[in-house]
Amino acid sequence: MSIEQREARQPWILLTPALTAVTLLLIVPLMFIVVYSFWLKSAAGADTPGFFLDNWQEALTDSFYRDILLNTLKIAAITTLACALLGYPAAYFISRSKGNKLILLVLLMLPFWISYIIRTMSWINILGVSGALNSAMIWLGIINEPIQMLYNQTTVILGLVHFLLPFMVLNIFVSLDGIDTNLEDAASSLGATRWQGFLQVTLPLSLPGLAAGGLLCFVLAAGTYITPVILGGPRDAMFANLVYEAIIRQLDWPLGSALSLLLLIVLGVLVLIYNRYLGMAQLAKGLG
Amino acid sequence: MDDTKRYERLRERFQNGDISRRSFFGLLGAAGAAYGLQMPFARQAFAAGDVSQVRFDGWGGVVSEAFRKFAFDPYTEKTGIKVIDGTFPGGDEYLALVRASQPGEYNIAHLSGVFDYARYHSFDLNSELNLANIPNMANVMPALMNAFKSITPDSLSAAPYNYGTTGLAYNRKHISDEEMKEKGAKILIDEKYKGKIGGWGDWRTRMWYAALQTGQDPNDIKDTDAAWDAVRKHRDVALKYWASGAELMSLLAEEEIYVTEGWSGRIYALQEQGHDIGYYDPPQSFGWQECLFVIKGSPMAACEELINFMLDKDTSIAVAEGQSYPPALDPTKVDLGEKIPKLPAFDPTGTLSGLTFANPAYWNGNEADWSKEFGRVQRGY
Repeated sequence: MSIEQREARQPWILLTPALTAVTLLLIVPLMFIVVYSFWLKSAAGADTPGFFLDNWQEALTDSFYRDILLNTLKIAAITTLACALLGYPAAYFISRSKGNKLILLVLLMLPFWISYIIRTMSWINILGVSGALNSAMIWLGIINEPIQMLYNQTTVILGLVHFLLPFMVLNIFVSLDGIDTNLEDAASSLGATRWQGFLQVTLPLSLPGLAAGGLLCFVLAAGTYITPVILGGPRDAMFANLVYEAIIRQLDWPLGSALSLLLLIVLGVLVLIYNRYLGMAQLAKGLG
Repeated sequence: MDDTKRYERLRERFQNGDISRRSFFGLLGAAGAAYGLQMPFARQAFAAGDVSQVRFDGWGGVVSEAFRKFAFDPYTEKTGIKVIDGTFPGGDEYLALVRASQPGEYNIAHLSGVFDYARYHSFDLNSELNLANIPNMANVMPALMNAFKSITPDSLSAAPYNYGTTGLAYNRKHISDEEMKEKGAKILIDEKYKGKIGGWGDWRTRMWYAALQTGQDPNDIKDTDAAWDAVRKHRDVALKYWASGAELMSLLAEEEIYVTEGWSGRIYALQEQGHDIGYYDPPQSFGWQECLFVIKGSPMAACEELINFMLDKDTSIAVAEGQSYPPALDPTKVDLGEKIPKLPAFDPTGTLSGLTFANPAYWNGNEADWSKEFGRVQRGY
């Protein structure tokens, strides 16, 4: 075997473990889900194998699923916007801070050391009827009776922002940290105010990081299941909850498979659009 | 010849130069792969042989704690067989897990309701108990046994273990006993308590209480439209559907809600903790019996031994007192002590004629449609 041939083979040899893992743990199970989506649920007992379009027809034409999907995308969009508005100043502050940048980044990562479910449940102790906020307001004489703050769409979004904000901050930070600060000085020397320098130099250069963080937050928020269960009211379901209910509660694995694939396709299209205009390289940089 | 001997002979051939290094490692790899592949099937073979552990899945919280403390730990001490106890938030979730598992992966489940027994049977997940290995079954109330025998007349896959009700739990600071008795199930759709009402996000419970709220027989709902309207009304006045016993207890204890339907044992546990929570079983309150169901592919002898141990009078009473649910033991045959007769839903006659249980044929027959419909109704449809 020539050196060229050996060198050509080397990347594939190195990639083999990862490709095997992706194939066995992602592609093959996904194929099972695709096959299952064309089966039918029987009234009791095993499902009916075959090629039936009933589940797809129901998932695509039933307004119930469409409405919940749109509501899910709306919640994901609001969450992403809130993360961007809250995350940008934080990321800017970290990137421009001198000396204590590492400490701030460690502080940013700290929440990941605690289970996501525990972090979500902590809002019950903060916003609950006998939680910290109500107790403090009663003690201060601001209110006489506790206010009902939990179990609505706002608390679902709050929980999601709490969960996703570090992802947004990290992505924007990576982008801001790579910008040469001399550019801002150059803008100032040319007569721009600090605000103009930020708007016309720093912000445009950091947009790829903002977009990468936005995509991550949006996809993760749209696929969330546990936050609406813990912090939502009776009506505050997201699409992943419907998948869970179809598969777990209704034991309708074929319909659940079709619904999960529908969500995957919708989010996949969004990722493709992102890739078309911004490329996946920035996302990899942000995650790295 | 055992595997160790085979390996030693192979290594000797390699060391003597009879086989190449490549062949030696190739054969070792093949042996490893063959062992790995045969494991799922070996599990079934092992089921009949030596067993070092049995898996038990239950409802978590105080219920699982009582099992661990009063049944599993003493059983392990006595037999050396370890009991791995898992938990699940609901029967539907657990059934989905069992369906997706290998035979023998899940062994004994603390299932609720005869309808669950029937569902496992319909999915061909039922085993066949050898009752000769469970002599303590003789002390179980015939009424509980007969419910299972109506589904599998020739054999049993489960031993009845306890029973209880899903009645009305209410905060006495805000709702008096008189008001509760006067309003009954309709208090769950009372606008007066809007935002302070809870409910289990389980379609059966929702429809059962909707039947009571619309004056219908829960085992024969004629006007389903009216029942669904009642479910919608409850949804509109409810703060939250709770998803587990722990969440039910937390919502009541923290006064997030004043009234909900609740599991009798969990409410009793709250009362014992000092919370001023009342419990009322309205007429035709949702009665249920729980069993120790042995899933197909399990090590039967070990499971039967564990069940017999759990049905022992002392164990059963200790667990029942810990869980606050009356045991399946017949009170006319066994002295159940002082605490158990005070538990909610306890029936001193041993006939359980005062409780209304879900008709498995009726509820399982409507499961596909009603579970799906509830998914929509709870989302505002």
